[in-house]
Amino acid sequence: MRIGFILREVATGLARNASMVVSIVLVTFISLTFVGTAVLLQSQIGEMRNYWFDRAQVAVYLCTDFSTLGGCDQQEATTDQIRAVEAQLESASLSPYIETFYFEDRQMAFDNFREQFAGSAVVDLVSPEFLPETFWVSLVDPQQTDLIFEAMAGLAGVESVVDQRSYLDQIFALLNAGSITAVAVASLMLVAAALLISTTIRLSAFSRRRELGIMRLVGASNRFIQTPFVLEGVVAALAGAVLASGAVWAIVHYFVRGYLVEALPTTVFIGYDEAFAAMPILLATGVILAALASYASISRYLRV
Amino acid sequence: MILFDQVSKVYRGAAQPALSNVSLDIQPGEFVFLVGSSGSGKSSLLRLMLKEERPSAGSVHVLGQDLRRIPARKVPIFRRSLGVVFQDFRLLPQKTVFDNVAFTLQVIGKSQGFIHEAVPDVLQTVGLASKAENFPHELSGGEQQRVAIARAAVNKPAILLADEPTGNLDPATSAGIMNVLSRINASGTTVLMATHDAGIVNHMQRRVVEISKGRIVRDEHQGGYQTSTIPLGEADTAPTPVQSEDGATTTPIRQRVDLSVDPDEVPASFPWELRA
Repeated sequence: MRIGFILREVATGLARNASMVVSIVLVTFISLTFVGTAVLLQSQIGEMRNYWFDRAQVAVYLCTDFSTLGGCDQQEATTDQIRAVEAQLESASLSPYIETFYFEDRQMAFDNFREQFAGSAVVDLVSPEFLPETFWVSLVDPQQTDLIFEAMAGLAGVESVVDQRSYLDQIFALLNAGSITAVAVASLMLVAAALLISTTIRLSAFSRRRELGIMRLVGASNRFIQTPFVLEGVVAALAGAVLASGAVWAIVHYFVRGYLVEALPTTVFIGYDEAFAAMPILLATGVILAALASYASISRYLRV
Repeated sequence: MILFDQVSKVYRGAAQPALSNVSLDIQPGEFVFLVGSSGSGKSSLLRLMLKEERPSAGSVHVLGQDLRRIPARKVPIFRRSLGVVFQDFRLLPQKTVFDNVAFTLQVIGKSQGFIHEAVPDVLQTVGLASKAENFPHELSGGEQQRVAIARAAVNKPAILLADEPTGNLDPATSAGIMNVLSRINASGTTVLMATHDAGIVNHMQRRVVEISKGRIVRDEHQGGYQTSTIPLGEADTAPTPVQSEDGATTTPIRQRVDLSVDPDEVPASFPWELRA
């Protein structure tokens, strides 16, 4: 009986403020879509980090005839020097931290280069002599790159030691900036949504002030009076959150899976699992925000 | 039942207190008229009893409870034992008579079964059993006030507060309303009625509490409306002194009104056409 009564009140309230309710739905929809985008970007960063951090290696570049950096003097690394590096990597002090390493000679480096930049004009400008011989080192713990830097930096014939993760860090910084922007836009819009909800609820309370006055007079409990208004806000925001969840799914389906995966086949991308994981966050944000905003708004009407 | 102990009420920004040092004791089952000019503090007294306002000083006890000690969330429960009727009825226009009365019970969580028993019962008491399915705008003023009384009485409150319930009604209709209130009083409900209606007060001969400028100036059992302190004729017709700009107080001169001219009669020389 009471539940039926409350639900009827919610339905009348929503119908009476239809245009305001539509604007709540739209604003929460858009703001939560931004929140969803931020969540997807974070998942994407996590995904790439997992993928690449296991595969990322430390490259020990050896000297070429053209290199002037490090211990090089425009002198190609000699066989003895290469042996010395190899011995160092196999030594008792380093080997416990190294999972595997392998040596890449000029021809292999050139082949990889041509494969990686296939179709680009730069391929024609490069010949094997320009590319350094390299030891590719995989670490047991990818964080412990300092060990390799220390052991290799002073050796003769070693031009430079590069941690591939430093390239990834730039990409992550870019993606992070994107997700921070999305969160910033989302929070502004969520503030707008909260204000819109509280205004709408106040309007709704105003249009029912006779009923409210009588309810207070005859002793309806505050919770009984508040519930329909809080539900009104929650229903509208929930509709927006459901639309935003749909938008997040659409972003993954049409943009990530439908376009990015084909455009950039070598990169890992998030899938539907991440989209579904984002949805509860959006629904909860929408519902909690609306409940708080409408509760605060209606409570001002009910102060004794 | 209702006990005011040296209660004062000063509204924020007001120079004069709305009530000062009011003490009043009302016993169960009493029928009390609250009289006094507009702004004398009658409504403040009623609002304090409902805990819509808190007293600036003193204490108010209603139904054995000290109102200061009722926490905000318990106020609704407290109000369920009070019924209130207003001068302007305050009915919900989109609900029928039955639904208006039932609304009170719905919002305090009474069962459908209880509602279908109690509402026809109270409509019978106020003499509106045949109008249950009418809307407020289809009723006369007196009938609308009866609906409002039914709404206030349906939950069998211990106390019924009526703020000028006959203020908008003609004398004959008012008499009907008073009959209804008397009947409710006879069933054990304490009735407290603020009114300006001298005829009713004189006729009923019940307890009369008169308030003037926030003080109780008279409290007599079986009293009439007219007070001994201010003779009615003088008080109502004497010109009010006005303050001129330089601060001096002057009393307006009474002007003789030519009573031989009917104010409703349009002079023959009236310059524009009024006839249909």
